[in-house]
Amino acid sequence: MSDITLIRVEHLWRYYGTLCAVRDVSFEVRRGEVLGFLGPNGAGKSSTMQIISGNLAPSAGRVWIAGYDILDQPKLAKAALGFLPEQPPLYRELSVDEYLSFCAQLHRIPRSRRRGAISTVKERCGLTEVGRRLIGNLSKGYQQRVGIAQAIIHSPAVVILDEPTVGLDPIQIREIRSLIRDLRNEHSIILSTHILPEVQATCDRVQIIHQGRLVLSDSIEGLMRRMDAASLYLGLRNPPMLETLRAVPGVIAVETLEDGRLRVHHPPQQNPAETLVNMSVQHGWGLYELTPERLSLEQIFVDITQQEAAA
Amino acid sequence: MMTFTLAAKELRSLFLSPLGWTILAVIQIILSYSFLIRVDLFLQVQPSLAGRPNAPGLGDVVVANLFGSAAVVLLLVVPLLTMRLISEERRGQTLSLLFTAPISMTQIIVGKYLGVLGFLVIVMGLLALMPLSLLLGGRLDFGQLAGGLLGLTLLAASFAAAGLFISTLTAQPTIAAITTFGLLLLLWLLDWAGSDGGGLFAYLSLVRHYEALLRGVFNSSDILYYLLFIITFLVLAVRRLDADRLPH
Repeated sequence: MSDITLIRVEHLWRYYGTLCAVRDVSFEVRRGEVLGFLGPNGAGKSSTMQIISGNLAPSAGRVWIAGYDILDQPKLAKAALGFLPEQPPLYRELSVDEYLSFCAQLHRIPRSRRRGAISTVKERCGLTEVGRRLIGNLSKGYQQRVGIAQAIIHSPAVVILDEPTVGLDPIQIREIRSLIRDLRNEHSIILSTHILPEVQATCDRVQIIHQGRLVLSDSIEGLMRRMDAASLYLGLRNPPMLETLRAVPGVIAVETLEDGRLRVHHPPQQNPAETLVNMSVQHGWGLYELTPERLSLEQIFVDITQQEAAA
Repeated sequence: MMTFTLAAKELRSLFLSPLGWTILAVIQIILSYSFLIRVDLFLQVQPSLAGRPNAPGLGDVVVANLFGSAAVVLLLVVPLLTMRLISEERRGQTLSLLFTAPISMTQIIVGKYLGVLGFLVIVMGLLALMPLSLLLGGRLDFGQLAGGLLGLTLLAASFAAAGLFISTLTAQPTIAAITTFGLLLLLWLLDWAGSDGGGLFAYLSLVRHYEALLRGVFNSSDILYYLLFIITFLVLAVRRLDADRLPH
């Protein structure tokens, strides 16, 4: 990852009539970074991505792609940009080869390099065997790959993928994710999704957008830290009185769960796990499980969006 | 350059579906039938015309009539050619491919327009073969033939420009086709309103300027009329497409 900022978005607003879809969104993406864009349906993800890709004009705010303003110098900005919209823009009556060749021409790849660019991108996206087939006859997964191929054929500095794994089976999803990880070496990537594990698997940084507003912007590590809840699951065959456990230094509260396990709350900085293990051995409690509890990304997501709603 | 890439793609996709071939076949069948009838008629009346001074020749009887019926056929067919230009891209959500590529709205519109124009040139070529075949047994007024071809090309190009604009208004190709047809027919019929001797309506009519060219009268104001018509609708189409992006 380097310090070169490839995408800069400042104070973006977009209204549809009186409906405000994007409110004051600002962020930056550097070279080699994968930014995950999360949000419930209708949160403004697609609108934001369409604005960044020049498909929509913002009501206010500015967007720079590789240093070029998308409104003032659209051709230069768009030359550095590849975009896969939610619905891949495919001409069903063309074959994969014909379609990619048309895309290569649209992106001004010189005739001498066109053939090479097409075969490289087909290889990367696993399309080599289907080159002569009509796009309309391909399965959804292959169509999605053609859509991705279209976005990266000209090796743009910035790649924007709107829900790239939607409608794919688990194996295809894994392939697309590994493709995205390959791409990060040369490109900056913005990825939108509402599937949270996808973000964990592919992104460096996460932004959560809710009702058009950025409500969280954090690195994956930061997000992971947020996911550390200050509690442990404790499974004991011969549990002592709860009072005994509450007296252990570092334990704030203990509750019994339905399956007989205990949940032990502790302050974030002071983890009583070691003490608990020692005491269990000394007193023969029969320890069979000790796991730190983690909030799922879903939990954080719901927390943040609901806090926002309550505020 | 980019414009021609788009034009070539547009022309190709016309021939990838049966639409292009069907349209060419239908035009050709109808026009060659009307051509044969006219040739037959000429052969019947030729002996009685032979002695008269200023008698109508082959060109007046056959060629002018052929171009007359060609104009009517194109009025019906061009809306079908132009209906899918933008509306189908809008329905299939493929416009974003063009919007994301480093090309301008004007290039998109002009590229698509040139693609249809290319198809119309093929139609004109096939049409011109019919009067040219008369050279086997007769003589032709080439000036009149050229005037007719130029007029028909300009007329069809105007139809296409109007059709392209209307195709930017909707996501339904059939609606674009029927609206284009309605608009063109209306512009055609404007002539009737001004039949009592010119006037604004007659001047605006698409067909009035065509008739002059068919008679072999080359008037630059007629040419200018068609060029203005085409440019107006292309500019409208660019503006309409641009409006897709803007907040409203």
